[in-house]
Amino acid sequence: MIECSLQAMATALANKEISSVELTHLYLDRIARYNPRLNAYITVDPARSLAQARAADERLARGEGGPLTGIPIAHKDIFCAKDWLTTCGSKMLSNFVSPYDAAVIARFQTAGAVMLGKTNMDEFAMGSSNETSFYGPVHNPWDSSCVPGGSSGGSAASVAARLAPAATGTDTGGSIRQPAALCNLTGMKPTYGVISRYGMVAFASSLDQAGPLGRSAADCATLLNTMAGFDERDSTSLDRPAEDYSREINGASTAKPLAGLKIGLPEEFFGDGCSPEVMQLVEAAIGEYRQLGAETVAINLPSMGLSVAAYYVIAPAEASSNLARFDGVRYGYRAPAYQDLNDMYCKSRAQGFGDEVKRRILIGTYVLSHGYYDAYYLQAQRIRRLIANDFARAFQKCDVIIGPTSPSTAFKLGEKAADPVQMYLSDIYTIAVNLAGLPGISIPCGFAGGLPAGLQLIGNYFAEARLLNIAHRYQQANAWHLQRPDGFD
Amino acid sequence: MSLTLEQVRRVAHLARIEISDVEAHRTLGHLNEIFALIEEMQAVDTQGIGPMAHAQDVAQRLRADLVTESDQLAQRAAFQAIAPETEGGLYLVPKVIE
Repeated sequence: MIECSLQAMATALANKEISSVELTHLYLDRIARYNPRLNAYITVDPARSLAQARAADERLARGEGGPLTGIPIAHKDIFCAKDWLTTCGSKMLSNFVSPYDAAVIARFQTAGAVMLGKTNMDEFAMGSSNETSFYGPVHNPWDSSCVPGGSSGGSAASVAARLAPAATGTDTGGSIRQPAALCNLTGMKPTYGVISRYGMVAFASSLDQAGPLGRSAADCATLLNTMAGFDERDSTSLDRPAEDYSREINGASTAKPLAGLKIGLPEEFFGDGCSPEVMQLVEAAIGEYRQLGAETVAINLPSMGLSVAAYYVIAPAEASSNLARFDGVRYGYRAPAYQDLNDMYCKSRAQGFGDEVKRRILIGTYVLSHGYYDAYYLQAQRIRRLIANDFARAFQKCDVIIGPTSPSTAFKLGEKAADPVQMYLSDIYTIAVNLAGLPGISIPCGFAGGLPAGLQLIGNYFAEARLLNIAHRYQQANAWHLQRPDGFD
Repeated sequence: MSLTLEQVRRVAHLARIEISDVEAHRTLGHLNEIFALIEEMQAVDTQGIGPMAHAQDVAQRLRADLVTESDQLAQRAAFQAIAPETEGGLYLVPKVIE
């Protein structure tokens, strides 16, 4: 059952081959057995999950089940869930039991999905390795001495080790796609504005976007169908007609399913920055796409080299503003001893935030401070425009852009933890996509030294259904995405 | 460009984060490495390029200025149940005015 697609699980549930309670038990047992090795979950609440499973079984018995009714899903601990501890990986929120549901959580509830638990993550989603979590690092199921990627590392590790059929994540600079690549999963960041940010703890609001992490593109399409939709409570939610993200996947399969597809290969993705082993796998995947009927065309994204610099102005600037709300007054951590109000703020924030979060708040405060705003923030926003223009020009020549997701396979725990700049550069291929607000997906494309590598596909605005189909056709032609790490039987 | 220790202390004060001398020294090193990365931007000529604040060019949606919560007292109680200190529906903080 743990290797079944979400669609096959839904069919098994509808046909009474298994109940939601049994399915939920199966995963809770696996979590109890394997999570101590991975540290993928921060909170598991079996009684509550099983109560949801019982409700799902009743709904299924009435014949009212949908594609996710009764299926357990793990949620990144950045999503507020009513009466669940919602920590965002931080000591600051280590006592925060949310009084309300995030839009994403509510949509899964409405669909009848079971909430399996809250997954570990880099503190406030700031990190690429899951090492900044107050709850300790997550271990990569493919090699426990390696990182799972971040910031959605707990979600990725849980799905990779089959401690959840699928999970949610968020992606501000690569936080869904990079862990998907490092854990052999399919992970999608949709177009900015497609999924509501309501109740999702804010990091950099103009870049943050939720998305699915699954074992296949088809599973991600099923999840996205539940997650996407307009929400008036998020001022940047896009009011668009609902669409079925599985529609192209469900189309007929032919020998050359991608005939006529134009794949853009940006020169900037195929330079020195990427490890040769990963590049070899990416080249092989591009070869497979040609077999499926696609053509390739050389393109340029000349400003892409500036994306990391622009991102580390824009994201910290927005973070310093968003995280000003954590002051020890209305919720979250308050220092036990202080002199006066100002001292209470300063001590609560000094004790409640970890080093990386403090660093980014300080960068953000500096670049927004008087006299520096034009030189940093405004300049970064202008470069953001140049990057978006690059993509717009590229999409006049191609339908999809392909390259590596991450410049390397999973690195060792501790390897980059002391060097923030090296850590930042691990998102070099993903950040530009967030700056432009485009949809991107990472899919497994093979192994180097026993560790998985990811292929990144970038589409034009609102091309999710097409991207998912392009990923799906590749997954029909090979079995990389079906590989499971040893030791999680 | 290089930050000074005094600037790190100043920014930490603005951000309301207490910082020890040891931390300020360590932070200074990290911030200077990060700013060395950010400085790449400064060489780019962006004259005539409009700043891009958001991925989608949409106008700010507005709503009517109305109370929308149905059970306000219950809502307040639920939200204050997780506060560090409250009294009579108010959040308590150390005295500000003597």
